[in-house]
Amino acid sequence: MKNFIEVQNAEMVFTTRKGRFHALREIDLTVAKGEFVTLIGHSGCGKSTLLNLIAGLTLPTSGVLLCDNREIAAPGPERGVVFQNHSLLPWLTCFENVHLAVERVFGPTESKAQLDARTQAALELVGMGHALQKRPHEISGGMKQRVGIARALAMEPKVLLMDEPFGALDALTRAHLQDELLKIVARTQSTVVMVTHDVDESVLLSDRIVMMTNGPAATIGEILRVDLPRPRNRVELAEDSRYVHYRKEVLDFLYTRHGHVEKQAA
Amino acid sequence: MVSATFHSPMQAAIDARAEAAARAVSTAPPRNEAVAAAPAPASVATPSPKPGFDWSEFWMKVLPPLAGIALLIGIWGMLTFKSTTFPMPAATFMEAIKVFSDPFYSKGPNDQGIGWNILFSLERVAVGFGLAALVGIPMGFLIGRFTLLNNMMSPLISLLRPVSPLAWLPIGLLVFKAANPAAIWTIFICSIWPMIINTAVGVQRVPADYMNVARVLNLSEWKIVTKILFPSVLPYMLTGVRLSVGTAWLVIVAAEMLTGGVGIGFWVWDEWNNLNVMHILIAILVIGVVGMLLEWLLVSVAKRFSYDEV
Repeated sequence: MKNFIEVQNAEMVFTTRKGRFHALREIDLTVAKGEFVTLIGHSGCGKSTLLNLIAGLTLPTSGVLLCDNREIAAPGPERGVVFQNHSLLPWLTCFENVHLAVERVFGPTESKAQLDARTQAALELVGMGHALQKRPHEISGGMKQRVGIARALAMEPKVLLMDEPFGALDALTRAHLQDELLKIVARTQSTVVMVTHDVDESVLLSDRIVMMTNGPAATIGEILRVDLPRPRNRVELAEDSRYVHYRKEVLDFLYTRHGHVEKQAA
Repeated sequence: MVSATFHSPMQAAIDARAEAAARAVSTAPPRNEAVAAAPAPASVATPSPKPGFDWSEFWMKVLPPLAGIALLIGIWGMLTFKSTTFPMPAATFMEAIKVFSDPFYSKGPNDQGIGWNILFSLERVAVGFGLAALVGIPMGFLIGRFTLLNNMMSPLISLLRPVSPLAWLPIGLLVFKAANPAAIWTIFICSIWPMIINTAVGVQRVPADYMNVARVLNLSEWKIVTKILFPSVLPYMLTGVRLSVGTAWLVIVAAEMLTGGVGIGFWVWDEWNNLNVMHILIAILVIGVVGMLLEWLLVSVAKRFSYDEV
């Protein structure tokens, strides 16, 4: 498989009012086309920072990030982002929110009817075809997150970047959306990089789990390859010995070797 | 009696909530239902349930304001009981009826009906305020968007904003050499600051998430302004507009006292020269009512455009 995203020796130092904060050090990571990678770690370990670097929302202090062999210097339509708190514009309907993205990417080349059809298709893909004309405050948290995913998918990005997309949802809704996401990703063959703090979520969804050490100056501790066949079924997997083993590996990393007070790097 | 009428709306509200919760569980779009049902308990609670009209609640809403007004008139009546210079409430009321019965007469430039006076004042406010909005709102956007401009303009704004409106009047008279443009100028300069400041603050407080969305979607500057900046700044802007109109209405009375012409402020001064205190009292009431109406109008506009949600 071809390396699609490459992070080479990235460092991130924030200059704040209280001084310099070394967030990330020596990050080396490659993501292949069609791969589902999750970043997991304790809060404050810089996993969102790493995702923002890949998104191009922030630029690294040093090091290189490549997407499809081109340097990431700014956000671009080939990298769709799903934000933690959905970030839908409250004054636009679901349709208009998604249309904004579609218009920007396909507006110059396609007719109005085609753009509308794309918007509709993206919302139907996430099961929101019934709420086109609803505004974000009229729909539930899970639905907002779906629209956020539709907005990112509608741009037909080469990679989908998700920052704890289901973090603010209740457990049942989260499970439901995880299943939906698995189906969508299987259908669209998307490359996904997702930040999470949920061990089950990472094992269920990922091809590889990138486990990060605690900050400051966090780095990648270990990378766990999850060799579970797809499509995956959460109920069947619950008793699968391999699943239990992977889950144990991640828990071990997070709580035994890298409990909240870090003693040594892995 | 009181406890009984008080208890039943509470019970109704509890029932409504339980019902909403039950529906939320049983149907697929839960949040939607809950939002729709949320205002229901309130509307159940305000007008009473089945047994007749809820008089106790009605009187609790109507009586205190009436009592407040009655107190004011009572004190006024008591203080002026033996006065020969200050008019009594009853006499003022009769005079008010006379004034309001013919609001649009016109007997030369110095003697016009109260309706004309109000309209001329409102016209000056509208022109001065309109110009201020035309200049102030775009300026606020620029100051909010570009830090350099902000650093350039904020000392000027801090310096000029506290200046009393009337200090600007001579400048207006000097430049425009006429009373009416000078009054409008005074309105302009006084009502521009709240709009600049609030718009700029609104632009600076656009949630970072929305700006990240703009960057991720790679929106054009035009789309950023129309789809993100403008809608999210609008509530701040309308607060600025409301403060500005309030200031403008305060200033116009003072400005007209000095410049003359037809207008409510001039009318007050003219009646003072005529020693017609009753008319001054009526003018005070009218100024208050018009100011209140302007405020109410803008608050209702602001409500229409606020997007309070999480």
